[in-house]
Amino acid sequence: MTEKKQNYLTYPKGIMSWLLTLDHKRIGIMYLVGGIIFFFIGGLVALGMRLELAAPGNDFMSNDAYNNMMTLHGAIMIFLFIIPAIPGALGNILLPLMLGAKDVAFPRLNLFSFYLYTLGAIFAIYTILSGGVDTGWTFYTPYSTQSTSNVIPMTIGVFIIGFSSILTGLNFIATVHKMRIPGLTWYKLPLFVWALYGTSLVQITATPVIAITMVLLMLERFLGIGIFDPALGGDPVLYQHFFWFYSHPAVYIMILPAFGIISEIIPVHSRKKIWGYKFIAYSTLSIAFIGFLVWGHHMFTAGQSVLSQIVFSFITYFVGIPTGVKIFSWILTMYKGQVSFTPPMLYALSFLFLFTIGGLTGIFLGAVALDIHLHDTYFVVAHFHYVMQGGTIVAFLGGLHHWWPKSFGKMYNHTIANICALGVFLGFNGTFFPQFLLGLRGMPRRYATYDEQFVELHSYSSFWSGILGLSIFFAILNLVWSLRKNNKLNPGTNPWGAMTLEWTHTSSPPHPHNFEEDPILEHGPYDYDKVIVKPTFKK
Amino acid sequence: MSHDKSSPSFLQHHFHDVNQQYETAKLGMWAFILTEVLTFGGLFCAYTIYRSWYPDMFVGANLLLDVNKGLLNTVVLITSSLTMALAIWAIQKKNKKLSLLMLIATFLFALAFLVIKYLEYSHKFEVGQLPGEYYSYMGPEVAHINNPHIFFSIYFIMTGLHGLHVAIGMGLIAWLIYSTAKGNLHSKYYTPMEMIGIFWHLVDLIWIYLFPLFYLI
Repeated sequence: MTEKKQNYLTYPKGIMSWLLTLDHKRIGIMYLVGGIIFFFIGGLVALGMRLELAAPGNDFMSNDAYNNMMTLHGAIMIFLFIIPAIPGALGNILLPLMLGAKDVAFPRLNLFSFYLYTLGAIFAIYTILSGGVDTGWTFYTPYSTQSTSNVIPMTIGVFIIGFSSILTGLNFIATVHKMRIPGLTWYKLPLFVWALYGTSLVQITATPVIAITMVLLMLERFLGIGIFDPALGGDPVLYQHFFWFYSHPAVYIMILPAFGIISEIIPVHSRKKIWGYKFIAYSTLSIAFIGFLVWGHHMFTAGQSVLSQIVFSFITYFVGIPTGVKIFSWILTMYKGQVSFTPPMLYALSFLFLFTIGGLTGIFLGAVALDIHLHDTYFVVAHFHYVMQGGTIVAFLGGLHHWWPKSFGKMYNHTIANICALGVFLGFNGTFFPQFLLGLRGMPRRYATYDEQFVELHSYSSFWSGILGLSIFFAILNLVWSLRKNNKLNPGTNPWGAMTLEWTHTSSPPHPHNFEEDPILEHGPYDYDKVIVKPTFKK
Repeated sequence: MSHDKSSPSFLQHHFHDVNQQYETAKLGMWAFILTEVLTFGGLFCAYTIYRSWYPDMFVGANLLLDVNKGLLNTVVLITSSLTMALAIWAIQKKNKKLSLLMLIATFLFALAFLVIKYLEYSHKFEVGQLPGEYYSYMGPEVAHINNPHIFFSIYFIMTGLHGLHVAIGMGLIAWLIYSTAKGNLHSKYYTPMEMIGIFWHLVDLIWIYLFPLFYLI
C-alpha cells in the first residue's frame, strides 16, 4: 500500500495538478500564498505611510501620493487579505477535515472562487501599477465619481472579489449542512465551524449589496445616472447607506473567523473543555444578525435624523453583549486549565487583550455625542486597527501557528515564534495606542502632514510600527523556514493533543482524500474532561 | 475510499450517496437564489427611495413606457416558466421527447422576451429617453416634471440586469437541451434541470415585480 504514504502536498505532482486542483486543501494553500503576498504589499504600504508620518511636513511623499497609499493600504488589506484569507485559506483547509468530509460541497465552484479572487487581484495590481486610486477604500461619492484616479479598475476588482466571497460562503453553508459525517450533530461541531458558518451567512447576505453598489458607482461614472450625484438630483448619502449596509457586516466577515480560531486554540492549549459551548455558538449567530442593523453608526456626521442616530447607537451597544459573552467564555475556559505558552496560545492571549481594547473603544464610538467629537480622527484609526489587526490578524497568525504542523507536517522553531509573538504584541500596542491619544487630541485621519504638537506621538507610533513589521515578517519567515528539507523537528500527527477530527483521524499532512477510511466520531471536540489525548510533540 | 462499481456514474466522489448529492445541490441553489434576491433588493431599495422623493416625477415618467409591450413580455415570461416546469415533469415521467420540446419552447420564449425588450429599448434610444446625463427627451408629457432621467436610470439598470439574467438563463437552457438530447439527464438524474428551473422561476418572479412597479403604478 504505497498510497498510505501519500499526502496532498506531494500527490499528484506537477504544477497543473495544483492549478486545476479540486482538492480543498490545495485551494486553501493557494489562498494562503495569495493572501500573504497581499499582506506584505499592504504592510509595506502601511510602513511607507508611517515613515512619512514620522515627522510633520511632506518629507518624501506628496499629498496625492499619500492619498493613493492610504487607499491602497485599506483596499488591499480588506478586500485582498483579511476578507478572503481566513475563510479562503484556513477555512478551506480545515472545514471538510473538521466535518469528516472528503471535500467541500462544490469543489469546482471552490476552484472557481479562487480564480475569481485571482482575477480581482489582477485588477487591484493593475490599479497600483497604473497610478493608484485616491478616494479612500470606501469610495465615497461624490468624490469617487469625479476623481481622475483609477476608481474603475479598483471597483471592478472589488466587485469580482465580492463574487468570490459569495461563492465561498455559499459553498461553506452547503458543506456545513450536508457534508458532516453521521453523528456529528450541530452541538458537536468545532466552534471554528460555527464561526465559518456565521461568516458565510453574512457573506451571502451582505456581499450582493456591495456588488450592486459598485455597479451603480461605475454606472455613475460611465453614464452619469444621477443616483448618487447631487448635481443630477441624486443623493451621495444613499451611497454611504448602501456601502455600509455591506461594509459593516463585512467587519463581522473579518472578525467571526478569528473568534472561531481563538475558540479552537484556547481549549487545546489549556487542556480544558471550552466553557459555554452553546453561548459561543449562538453568540456567533447573534453577532452576524445584529451586524446587519448597525450600519448607520458609520454615518453619525453624514446628516441622519436624530431619531435614526439614537436607534443606530442603541442597537450598536447590543453587539457588545454577544462579544462580551465570548470573551468571558474564553477567559473561563483558561481558568484552572493547564495553560501552556505555546506560540498559538501567545497569539490567542494577545488577541484577548487587544480585541478587548478594540471592542471597548467601539462602544465609545457608538455613542453619538462622543462620536461627533472623535469622527474621522486617529481614534477611529486606532479603534479599527485594534479590531482588525489586533483581533483578526493576530488570530490569523495564531491559527497559522496552530495548524501549520497539520497543513505541512513540519514544526517551526518555538523560541523564535514566541519572540515574534511578543514583538507583534509590543509593536502593535506601541504603534496604535498613541493613535488613540492623537485622536482624542484632534488629529484628523487621512493627512500626510500634521501640526507640530502631534510630533511626539506620531514619531513614537512610527518607531513601533517598524518593530511590528519586523516581528510579523520574521514570524512568517520562521514558519516558511520550517519547510526546509533538513528540519528535524517532527510534530507527529497531533502535536498539541487536540480532539477535533482533523487532528485525531488523519495524518499530518493529510491524505489526498482527507481520511484513509471513513472517520467515526468517538468524542466531542473539547471533551478534555472525559478522554485523554496525548500531544505528540514535546519541546 | 472511492465508490464501488454499483454506484451511478453521476455520483461525485466526495458524496456518500445520490440523495446527499441532490440535497446539497438544492441547498446551494436556494442560497444562491437568496443572493440574487439581495442583489435586486438593493435596486428595489433605490427605486423605493427615489419614488418617495419624486412621486410626481415617477407617475409622469412611467406614462412614457409601453404598457402593451410590457404586458406581452409578462405573458411570455410566465408561459416560459410553465414550459420549464413541464420540462421537469416530463423528464421525471421518462418522457425525453416532451421534455426536450418544452425546453426548446422555454428557450424560444426567452428569446421572444429579449426581442420585445430590444424593440422597447431601441425606441427609447431613438427618442432620447435614456439614463442620466444622456437623457434628452423633452416631449409634452415631461414638460412639468423634474429629473425624469432618474426614472430612466433606474428603469434601465433594473430591466437591464434582469435582461442579463434572461440571457444567462438562455445559455443555461441551451446547455440543458444539449445534455438532455445526449442522454446525460434522465429520470434518475435531472438535478441540473431542476436547479436551472429554480433560477428561471426567479427570473420570472423578478419581472412580475418589475412590470407593475415601472409600467402600471
